[in-house]
Amino acid sequence: MNDDLLRVLVPLPVVLPLLAAGSSVLLARRQVLQRTLSVLTLVALVATAGTLLHLVDSDGTAVVQLGGWAAPYGISLVADRLSALLLLVSAMVLLAVLVYAIGQGVADGRRSTLAVFHPCYLVLAAGIAMAFLTGDLFNLFVAFEVMLVASYVLITLDGGKAQVRAAMTYVVTSLLASTLFVTVIGLVYAATGTVNMADAAMRMGDLPEGLRVALGLTMLIVFGIKAAIFPLFSWLPDSYPTAPSPVTAVFAGLLTKVGVYAIIRTQTLIFPGEGAIASVLLVLAALTMVVGILGAIVQDDVKRLLSFTIVSHIGYMLLGLGLYSVAGLAGAILYTVHHIVVQTTLFLVAGLMERREGTSSIARGGGLQRVAPLLAVLYLLPALSLAGIPPLSGFLAKLGLLQAGLEDGGGLAQVAVWAAIATSLLTLLAMGRVWSGVFWGPVAEIVADADREDSVDVGVARTPRLMVASTVVAVVGGLSITLVAGPLYGLTTRAAEDLVDRSSYVTAVLGDGGGGTR
Amino acid sequence: MTGNLSLALCIGVLYTVGTYLLLQRTLTRVVIGLGLLAHGANLLLLQAGGPAGAPPFAAKDGAAGTAGVVGGTADPLPQAMVLTAIVIAFGVSAFLLALAYRSWALSGEDEVQDDVEDRRIARLDHDAQHVRQPRPEDEL
Repeated sequence: MNDDLLRVLVPLPVVLPLLAAGSSVLLARRQVLQRTLSVLTLVALVATAGTLLHLVDSDGTAVVQLGGWAAPYGISLVADRLSALLLLVSAMVLLAVLVYAIGQGVADGRRSTLAVFHPCYLVLAAGIAMAFLTGDLFNLFVAFEVMLVASYVLITLDGGKAQVRAAMTYVVTSLLASTLFVTVIGLVYAATGTVNMADAAMRMGDLPEGLRVALGLTMLIVFGIKAAIFPLFSWLPDSYPTAPSPVTAVFAGLLTKVGVYAIIRTQTLIFPGEGAIASVLLVLAALTMVVGILGAIVQDDVKRLLSFTIVSHIGYMLLGLGLYSVAGLAGAILYTVHHIVVQTTLFLVAGLMERREGTSSIARGGGLQRVAPLLAVLYLLPALSLAGIPPLSGFLAKLGLLQAGLEDGGGLAQVAVWAAIATSLLTLLAMGRVWSGVFWGPVAEIVADADREDSVDVGVARTPRLMVASTVVAVVGGLSITLVAGPLYGLTTRAAEDLVDRSSYVTAVLGDGGGGTR
Repeated sequence: MTGNLSLALCIGVLYTVGTYLLLQRTLTRVVIGLGLLAHGANLLLLQAGGPAGAPPFAAKDGAAGTAGVVGGTADPLPQAMVLTAIVIAFGVSAFLLALAYRSWALSGEDEVQDDVEDRRIARLDHDAQHVRQPRPEDEL
């Protein structure tokens, strides 16, 4: 019974948004239908991902061989605890941001861009789902491309000068990363003769160690560009802030995390715990955290500041991965879940702030807590959570990581733990700067930025209820991570155990005798 | 695994030229550079599939005297992957060209524009110097 259900459920998160995207293009002239279709699709996506997570958590990793071709030859879709959990969180975030975007679009009434927005957004959802579910390296490349092509269109939605300039950086960087990805797939295929991740994991053992480390590091660079880790992050703060607020929010929450997921998946499955790579990861984690947050505290633009905090907090996830222990990975997964929700929420709030004040500059804002007390609360909760103030979700996730780091006991792990603590304090400083600049002080006069090309109508005292409502839901979602922290940590620990003990994944994909659907 | 030396050299040249062009400031060259890199990567995938000359399907006995492949068939997987990669690179290149054209239409030049952050720092620097050393006409 469950097998038949899973055979439908596993491909559904990819197929459903793609079909809806196609229909959405046809409905371009009927805006209400288009919106309803997008919302319904993402609700269905949340339901599917939730069911999938429940089934996978109780029955173990689910595998569907597309087209019935047996494992190493066909394309496998694999849902294990990690991918199902991230899929569920992503689907919920996608839905919240969609409602926010609809609220903003309805209020501003820009018809031309909206018609393109919905199909692209759904394709983005399909790409993200495929990246989480695929068990095949080349298919992962295709998933990244599907996701990135949709994101290219979304980031240039208005086609203004600043957006085109920023998008150029973004597209060229992503394209270079994709070319490197094809290169590394070619190298892995030449070395192992397979692109199936489980199969490659098995055959990697026969290769000399130097070759394994080289392939692992090349793959780390490929996904490092997508995830914006330390030396490879400079494209991110330059390109994200120029896009419309909802687009930036969904990019901030999800796109870099898909890169992080790919790093976690490949480094645990295909190159597990190679000594050199683990040390490299810890060093990169510490540098990413510190350099990112130092970039953040000097920014004046709230969206740029938040973009630098994305970079900085990717470091925490790398720290958990670099430890290669169950506790470390469990912390990293919990941190990813927390960060997806909280970072997206902060960008949604930044969009509301910008709308209210006419600017996202810290220096020119002021007194917002008096005119918009609800907005102040909506900002404060996720900001404190990001900085790791107890009892919010950021504190719990950081606690898990720091404990895992101290248990590890290695010198590099110690350094990375101290870097994490310092970053946490500096994050509080950065969030405090926004608070004191924008929310405290005398009420600033509303003056729209002279050179702005955003799609938001600024300086409007009336913010659409739908935008506020979806932000409230996102904030409450972030708070509820604290409430379900116990079971959630249990789940991430089980997911981490699956990652460390690769046999469950490999057996599920390849089968004992090789092939067949489960 | 035996490979084809001329193919390997060709891949090397494509990567080199592609990287060189990517480092230029003109957007057209960047686009061409990315195209060459994509070609290099595609050829690398093809190279990974083994030597050329193997029959596409099952070979007849005795007829398989090609390039050391006896009775084997050509590996179809790298070719399928190359096809997919070509299609993706084609689509993205089209988008990139449109974007470069848009950038040219908006700014009137084909160069990669300066980094916003760099310009801001340059301006701060300029302002600081301006304060420290007032020009003679400011004194009047």
